[in-house]
Amino acid sequence: MMDQLLDLTRQLLNGLQVGSIYALVALGYTMVYGIVKLINFAHGDFIMVGGYVSIVAIPMLVSNGLPAWLCVVAAVAVCSIIGVVSERAAYKPLREAPRISALITAIGVSLFLQNLFMIIFTPNGMPFPNLFDKTPIILGKIQVSKVTLITIVVSILLMVGLNLFVKRTRVGKAMRAVSEDAGAARLMGISVNATISATFAIGSGLAAVASVLYCSSYPLVDPNIGSMLGLKAFVAAVLGGIGIIPGAMLGGLALGIAESLTKAYISSKVADAVVFGILVVVLLVKPSGILGKNVGEKV
Amino acid sequence: MLTVNNLNVSYGSIHAVHDVSLKVKKGEIVSLIGANGAGKTTILHTISGLKRPDSGEVTFNGENLLKVEPHKILSKGMAHVPEGRRIFAQLTVRENLELGAYILKDKKQIEENVQKVFERFPRLRERQKQFAGTLSGGEQQMLATGRALMTGAEIILMDEPSMGLSPLLVKEIFHIITEINKQGMTVLLVEQNARMALSVANRAYVLETGRIVMSGEAGALLENAEVRKAYLGA
Repeated sequence: MMDQLLDLTRQLLNGLQVGSIYALVALGYTMVYGIVKLINFAHGDFIMVGGYVSIVAIPMLVSNGLPAWLCVVAAVAVCSIIGVVSERAAYKPLREAPRISALITAIGVSLFLQNLFMIIFTPNGMPFPNLFDKTPIILGKIQVSKVTLITIVVSILLMVGLNLFVKRTRVGKAMRAVSEDAGAARLMGISVNATISATFAIGSGLAAVASVLYCSSYPLVDPNIGSMLGLKAFVAAVLGGIGIIPGAMLGGLALGIAESLTKAYISSKVADAVVFGILVVVLLVKPSGILGKNVGEKV
Repeated sequence: MLTVNNLNVSYGSIHAVHDVSLKVKKGEIVSLIGANGAGKTTILHTISGLKRPDSGEVTFNGENLLKVEPHKILSKGMAHVPEGRRIFAQLTVRENLELGAYILKDKKQIEENVQKVFERFPRLRERQKQFAGTLSGGEQQMLATGRALMTGAEIILMDEPSMGLSPLLVKEIFHIITEINKQGMTVLLVEQNARMALSVANRAYVLETGRIVMSGEAGALLENAEVRKAYLGA
């Protein structure tokens, strides 16, 4: 009995770890959707970009006597810039166009990024260096890897920070105003373009952090690593209620735990099926997601 | 103060506003009346930069407003209370007001302005922590108006403030408009409720299918037989 309980705790911790990565990525989807009503299918690829940036940055950091984990700074910087530039170049010209045009463009940006990195780094996977030492931490009777704890703690801190940022700061309030009514926000003197850029920068930055955390557990980077992770994070965002920030967090954690428990107690083969099965069920039962309200479009 | 010259605006192939010219002088209340779809809102949107015209001029205090980016128009001293109020429903009343002062950086100044709005609309003070979407229509109109007063603008463009309100509330809103005006605010008012709009205004323009067909002293228009027949139901 005790053993089973311990095992369950271990599985829950695993679920929280992968779930908090989903949550960080889902936040980007949901923030961007909230503000420009676009599912940015290239968002998952920022994870891949973050991975490669880290691989390039780590040797430079280490040879300069700096800790390797600082690669996260480089990853955040590059991903934020790519996020902002992709919005300016690809999505902004389509802001008044039908949504499907922007959606297809997002798939285009995704393919572009994957192929660009395939050209630069070859399609073969590259190993991701160790950022954290492997000695596990003992919590009572459970051994937990450092990466697991760091992932959970960093993600929670970022999510709390993001919530405060959106609630309290000027830019955060502007983001909420633009996401509700861009025209009215403009009348308040808010620069809609700058606010949208800030949203893309923050969303992509969070994906970059997620990327470093993810690659620390699954240390192989190839040009497609963002696809599956991105899709799952998208499912998490829909599960929680797309456009709703706490929804993305909740959806991410719930999805991670569901996946981890499926792997442990049913079969790792059906884990992905369960994840996407959840999407199907959500879309059938409550398309607005767990925290979403069923509001009709305002006329 | 505000001059609009030969303005033409269209939506795709629909020419919504034809050669409209109008003037608002400092301290005035000027009403723009006309039926649904006459182009009133389009004119206001063009003045405050939400819509680009095909041709024409909009000058405010000598400056060409068409060259100003839309989000910088408020800082030129022009506030806009849009049609349908468009308050931020998922933000609190206080947050809505603070956003009205987004262009101000001085927190003390913002707080002072919030308090001034609360003095004018005590109901908003009571409800400051509520989500704006939970307010009644009249309260939302107060909030939208208060929000536009947060920066100390010189002119306020009001689009259909009476929309969807009970007759009693309509009276209250128009009373507020005259109060604000007495304290020095210039007002350009767009209204379907022609009787109310004419009774508070100094001057007015009558708009029909995108053209100005009449203009003059509001009192005279109120007596004008054609206006009475077409807009006042008498």
